[in-house]
Amino acid sequence: MSKITIPIGPQHPALKEPASFKITLNGEEIYSMDMRLGYNHRGIEKACEERSFIQGLYLIERICGICSHSHSTAYIQALEELAGLQVPKRGLYIRTLIAELERIHSHLLWLGVAAHEVGFDTLLMYTWRDRELVMDHLAEIGGNRVNYAVNTMGGVRRDLTPDEIAHILKDVDTLEERTKYYAQVATEETTLVARLSKIGYLSQTDAEFLGAVGPTARACGVDRDVRRDDPYAAYGDVQFKVCVDHHGDVYGRVLVRVGELMESYSIIRQLMKNMPDGPIAVKSPRRIAAGEVYSRYEAPRGEDCHYVKSNGTDKPERVKIRAPTLANWRAVRKMIEGNYLADAPIIIAAIDPCFSCTDRAIELVRPAGAETLTWGALRQHGIDWHRKQGLDFAELNKKLNTQLGRVK
Amino acid sequence: MGLIQKIVTWARIKSPWVIHFNTGACNACDIEVIAALTPRFDLERFGVQLKGSPRHADVMVVSGPVTRQSRDRLKRVYDQLAEPKFVVAVGTCACSGGVFQGCYNVEGGIDMAIPVNAYIPGCAARPEAIIDGVVKLLSSLDPKPAALPAPVAEPVEKVDVPA
Repeated sequence: MSKITIPIGPQHPALKEPASFKITLNGEEIYSMDMRLGYNHRGIEKACEERSFIQGLYLIERICGICSHSHSTAYIQALEELAGLQVPKRGLYIRTLIAELERIHSHLLWLGVAAHEVGFDTLLMYTWRDRELVMDHLAEIGGNRVNYAVNTMGGVRRDLTPDEIAHILKDVDTLEERTKYYAQVATEETTLVARLSKIGYLSQTDAEFLGAVGPTARACGVDRDVRRDDPYAAYGDVQFKVCVDHHGDVYGRVLVRVGELMESYSIIRQLMKNMPDGPIAVKSPRRIAAGEVYSRYEAPRGEDCHYVKSNGTDKPERVKIRAPTLANWRAVRKMIEGNYLADAPIIIAAIDPCFSCTDRAIELVRPAGAETLTWGALRQHGIDWHRKQGLDFAELNKKLNTQLGRVK
Repeated sequence: MGLIQKIVTWARIKSPWVIHFNTGACNACDIEVIAALTPRFDLERFGVQLKGSPRHADVMVVSGPVTRQSRDRLKRVYDQLAEPKFVVAVGTCACSGGVFQGCYNVEGGIDMAIPVNAYIPGCAARPEAIIDGVVKLLSSLDPKPAALPAPVAEPVEKVDVPA
């Protein structure tokens, strides 16, 4: 049968953000997928270099409206380490609380969007109604529903009153009850289980090999979570379970996210119970000592990495952001192969893609001026550049393949 | 105004179908647009329904600053809307470029590329503000002042957000 190529996007009912996919079909089956990103590229990394550290914080927060606290925390952690600031315990607890509230709102949002992609709009309406409870608390604490701007250098900007703590605990109970119901729907509703099972399958070896992160990787059996492996903020003080599932398909990703919701409720209860008294922030300098820091953070979508290099002035010399969705794209290409075209929207949605986090552009400026490279030439340039730095990826790949038992 | 035209205008005001286009937003305004359509805020009680195709829609809700890559796509989607068409810019970035003004890949607000009928500021614009903006746009279509507003006449005044 001859192959046909179907373009999807940048404006498409199944996509909430602009991205362009080229899907090659063999009959009804997907043979391969290619994608074109960059519609959302705004140039934030460069813009950060022209702003002071604290101005950059508010810009970093607007990388993504859903995980705004993730990006700002990853960035501020890097700055605090460079400046040698010791954040007060209470500040860390409030930071962690917002992080978990954000995880709840993000996972509920995803559950609704995923249900919408498979035509189960009732669940979309249910989860989005419950999500409003979390949004109320975020608005109450931070003063804004979406970009809460709670972080600042050396701590947080807003304190919690006992009233707010009581409110949050009450709503966490409500949400837990609702989530139990969703868990029941996800595991017992036969249409939903049949619709999500065995599509978008990714094996554990492939997930590790392709560098998948977050719930996408955990649903394939990869036991990895920055909150436990490299605790930051107040995660060292709380007990929680890392949700791992071995289904490897979209169904497994639903189970992992519903499980993480339940863990988040338990984390919030522990934080509230042990909330220490004291100041919420320390005073911070305007200039930050020269140095470079790499900061990791477990965002709702996976590991979020920020690299900050300071040269001793009040502006960063370089900021580099690796958002979780970028790490997951290669896995999507693998997991979409061999599925039906009708399953493409839910498979793409299953990694909870966030294009605004991900989009980037590369322009190479040589002494002779800027030039545009083809994909192959860019790849070769990258390989040559790293080889000059003493890093040979061909060797590393061989090593990884041997480790994973994929020797040809 | 003839009877048919009256009926058409009535139908248009009672059931404006919207299409949502993200030109480079950070997602915040997008999720607030969706939140406005879900049970707490329920924009559907004004007959507003989200549509997948620009050819089905009357109103285009645009969020985000216009990036260099999305500008031409935005124009193309706008051209595909059937007349009469209206554009609502949601969020500060869509109104003026917001915090991304001056970034090398950002052109500015939506009105750099296409005419805009209503501006809803806010970072992110709250669902209440979005509802208010849409309702103000619809009431401006009311036939009492005879003609429909020309695109980009004047921005709709700043929306009061209830506390």
